[in-house]
Amino acid sequence: MKKMKAVFFTLLAATALSVFLIQSGVQAQPQAEQVAKQQPKQTAAKPLVHAPDTVTPAPKMAFFPCSQCHSAMPVNKKERALTFHTEITLKHMPTGWCYSCHDEKNRDKLKLANGDLIDYNDSALLCGQCHGASLKEWQDGVHGKRTGMWNGKKVYENCLSCHDQHQPAFKAIKPMPAPERPEKIIYKKKK
Amino acid sequence: MIKNTRKHPAAIDLDRRTFLKGAALGAAAMALPPADADAGFLESFFQKHFREMSDEEIKKVIDRLEKDYSKQFSKEVKVKATKPMENVVFGYGLDIGRCIGCRKCVQACVEENNQSRDPQIQWISVLKMKKGAKMADFQTADKYYQPEQVPEPGYFYLPVQCQQCEDPPCVKVCPTKATWKEKDGIVVIDYNWCIGCRYCMAACPYGARRFNWGTPNVPAEQLNPNTHYLGNRPRPKGSVEKCTFCIQRTREGRYPACVEACPVGARKFGNLADPNSEIRKAMEHFRVFRLKEDLNTKPQFFYFFGVKSNRAEGGK
Repeated sequence: MKKMKAVFFTLLAATALSVFLIQSGVQAQPQAEQVAKQQPKQTAAKPLVHAPDTVTPAPKMAFFPCSQCHSAMPVNKKERALTFHTEITLKHMPTGWCYSCHDEKNRDKLKLANGDLIDYNDSALLCGQCHGASLKEWQDGVHGKRTGMWNGKKVYENCLSCHDQHQPAFKAIKPMPAPERPEKIIYKKKK
Repeated sequence: MIKNTRKHPAAIDLDRRTFLKGAALGAAAMALPPADADAGFLESFFQKHFREMSDEEIKKVIDRLEKDYSKQFSKEVKVKATKPMENVVFGYGLDIGRCIGCRKCVQACVEENNQSRDPQIQWISVLKMKKGAKMADFQTADKYYQPEQVPEPGYFYLPVQCQQCEDPPCVKVCPTKATWKEKDGIVVIDYNWCIGCRYCMAACPYGARRFNWGTPNVPAEQLNPNTHYLGNRPRPKGSVEKCTFCIQRTREGRYPACVEACPVGARKFGNLADPNSEIRKAMEHFRVFRLKEDLNTKPQFFYFFGVKSNRAEGGK
């Protein structure tokens, strides 16, 4: 009899536990969905740079936050000759205009193709939408430039350190002076 | 015994033996340094080989050099003898698809490594080569190009410096063992032991070594005071020098000067023993080649094609 009783109680405990677990699991799912709905996706889930001890320099922007002027201005989506940001010449994609990358409502953010808003500091994600291979190579350290320590803290120069976002092709530059030809080098006597 | 003497006009009796003794003593006295020379002369004359010296002996040598250099340049010059790190083998990668031939690396190298300004010595040579040829032609490559702007259409650029070979021919031929390969892969020169025979320069297939035909001249205000015994310390006339992967920087964990100077990020540096280093990733991802591979020198300097062509404006 004692044996039967013990088996009965263990069975009872097991069923109670499983029922509790199933119920809590059913409850947990809608809760998670709610949390996800409440927080709009603003930053990428994955960090841009995985290595510890790394810094990416912030972009140099003359007028930031952009909203200090743009919040009071109407949105004009028409392609036109700009009257203010005249230093910007768009020579990047075959088509596209400001709002391909900038958000018309929140001027202090950049807009991904799927509508997510990202910080200006994470601009590499925006570039990576089309230049995915380059982004991957940059994360591996084979595209772009790193300075600092090869075995420690380093600076990952980001896309905008070298490329102009509006006309990203490299400009030809003036080279440093050529080395002297050996026959031109004069060896003076020691004073 | 008949004395073979000769009548001296000043009436000094001088036999042959006495004359020879005196001449020998005189010659020995002339070989000695003058009385006002500092004690460092003898010390440097009898300095042991770098790899046979104990740590204290190295410290003594370094103290002497620091004193000498600080006096010569009238500013404080630090000389280090940092040892190689454990489990580190340096490797270098250069993306010739990206290099635009601007020579900024050359300039940074000259400044970092105290190369003589006049007479001019530069450790890095940037070679301009024609695109579309069957192979890189070193004979017709131009080192002295000077256009208004780089890159020029139809050309690519191949910077060459010491390849830090795994099996370096320069080390084999040195008669005084003044050059050798360190544990971390850097081929170094002890300028105090170099006798200037230039055998190593003849042996090097890459033309990477430079000779101080004249007294090197670095203006004191441009001298980089952060130096290494086997690297960028001021060199004497008549010694051979070359790229050391910036031994004074890389042994402390920093990137070489040329890597930090490159405006297009064509230069990669890292530890070949670390699978996550940039150089290892570059070797995994790209087509990699080494210069003159057929000579079996096994350079630790790798060239690769990160992009198909340099895509700067006009560089198509």
